[in-house]
Amino acid sequence: MGAIRLEKVKKTFGTLDVIPGVDLDINDGEFVVFVGPSGCGKSTLLRLIAGLEDVTDGKILINGTDVANEAPAKRGLSMVFQSYALYPHMTVYNNIAFGLKMAGESKEVIEEKVQSAAKILNLTDYLERRPGALSGGQRQRVAIGRAIVRNPAAFLFDEPLSNLDAALRVNMRLEITGLHQELKTTMIYVTHDQVEAMTMADKIVVLQAGRVEQVGKPMELYNNPTNKFVAGFIGSPKMNFLGGELAKKYDCHEIGIRPEHFAVSTEKGEIPATVKIAEHLGAETYLHVEADGLGPMTVRATGEIPLGEHDKIFLTPEQDRIHRFDAQGLALAKS
Amino acid sequence: MSTRASTLTGRIMSAPSIIVLFLWMAVPLGMTIYFSFLRYNLLSPGTEEWIGTLNYEFFLTDPAFFASLTNTLLLVGSVLVITVVGGILLGLMLDQPIFGRGVLRLLVIAPFFIMPTVNALVWKNLLMDPVSGMFAWIASLFGLPAIDWFTNAPLTSIIIMVSWQWLPFAVLILLTALQSLDRDQKEAAQMDGAGPVAIFFYITLPHLSRAITVVVLIETIFLLTVFAEIFVTTGGGPGLATTNIAFLVYTQALLQFDVGGASAGGIVAVILANIVAIFLIRLIGKNLDK
Repeated sequence: MGAIRLEKVKKTFGTLDVIPGVDLDINDGEFVVFVGPSGCGKSTLLRLIAGLEDVTDGKILINGTDVANEAPAKRGLSMVFQSYALYPHMTVYNNIAFGLKMAGESKEVIEEKVQSAAKILNLTDYLERRPGALSGGQRQRVAIGRAIVRNPAAFLFDEPLSNLDAALRVNMRLEITGLHQELKTTMIYVTHDQVEAMTMADKIVVLQAGRVEQVGKPMELYNNPTNKFVAGFIGSPKMNFLGGELAKKYDCHEIGIRPEHFAVSTEKGEIPATVKIAEHLGAETYLHVEADGLGPMTVRATGEIPLGEHDKIFLTPEQDRIHRFDAQGLALAKS
Repeated sequence: MSTRASTLTGRIMSAPSIIVLFLWMAVPLGMTIYFSFLRYNLLSPGTEEWIGTLNYEFFLTDPAFFASLTNTLLLVGSVLVITVVGGILLGLMLDQPIFGRGVLRLLVIAPFFIMPTVNALVWKNLLMDPVSGMFAWIASLFGLPAIDWFTNAPLTSIIIMVSWQWLPFAVLILLTALQSLDRDQKEAAQMDGAGPVAIFFYITLPHLSRAITVVVLIETIFLLTVFAEIFVTTGGGPGLATTNIAFLVYTQALLQFDVGGASAGGIVAVILANIVAIFLIRLIGKNLDK
């Protein structure tokens, strides 16, 4: 059981408002991802929930009880740190057992819980090793094991995959998602990587400068971003923003079109453009083009397209996929 | 530095300094060993003759030897305990964000820059003097009789002075070690429900083990040869109460002019230091391999 509710949570460092006031509901068993550019306050928000930072103002309710002034251990949460923060002088077994030992559990209970956690995480063969003798992925699993055994109300992950190489990151991403399906415990996951956010989350919270920009399911954010920031942040490559005459035609300040929502033709279309760079990935092709009178744009076409530098092409946006924004960057209803 | 040519060049280049250093050590050592087998007293020059191990027999059966051996071990042991424990506590304090931390750190480090003779004089004349010393004045405020430190507690006085001198070194090393402790580890322990005491014993202390090893090893080397503090304050007395091995060798050589006996004492001191070193490295040196 772990429903978390933030009410007007505020954090200031000196005169700096890091988090001006956040309201958020996290349901039991949900996988919530905090995403945003670095310095947006997502890690601070997580640390506030964990109790590693004191809130300046506001309430943090876990299962209905305000824990804003409780010690971290009393909140019943577990955290996985970016640096793993394993205890280097302890064996893997002792690392995982430490929290239970501090809670005064008996030797038998500790043994049983550590063994079962090790089994879930494929660490049984490594229990007698020290963290120094493990690979990055294994250390990550030990850190997760340490979190699991305490049977927390919620798991907090602070950019847990950013120290791993790309291939391992994809693996661990799947493992963590699988773990969530198995345990069905609330998880809060902080990342700056929108791909991780899109693939793992039940609910994404997009943050900028300590403010919640939008909360929603991954596809909701992709299809209906409420403002320009979310539109630009979610989706890769980035959405193209076009102003000027073209936007006037759609009766707004700016329009946004995702790179994948263009039809590419060499004969005719709405926007004429010149290819600057073509990145051929096999399954898809990224075209970095210079649109006549509109500036640089990115286009994502499926499959192999025999286009290269200086080639003239014509782009036609899918009409129902065009996002419209007003002068303040807020989204307008689709035309 | 992996090809054969570069290894050879390296050897040739470093050879001069290694040879000089080796001679610097080997010649005095060889001469000391040679002298230790001679009857060699500066008061009767020209009568040097080979007497075998007689000097060693005299030195090792001298009651002063055992007294000074005990004093040496007591001195080294006590100062080590005081500086390591005190160093950890002060290090923990100076690691906290307290007001005036910069000035405080400077003050704590300062004693290390004072030469041992001056240190001893300050303690002897300004602090521990039973008539005009500050401790006597403090005692008088409470209506207590003044303690005559160097008469009633001579070894303790020396231990206090030497500890004061070496505490900054321990603080310096341990503080830097404390600052290198990953903050995440402490926070992870906090999440695991460890209180400040548990964090200290399970996280901080193991993290400090290497630094403590370094402090113990280096301090032992220097503490085995404490001399200035004893020379300036008690002169080894009263009786033999503050004579350590280094001071005993000095009295043999320069007060009794017995070069042969002093050389034998010196060799014994070298052997003792090596025994201590072997024990220390066996005991805690493996900490350094990690």
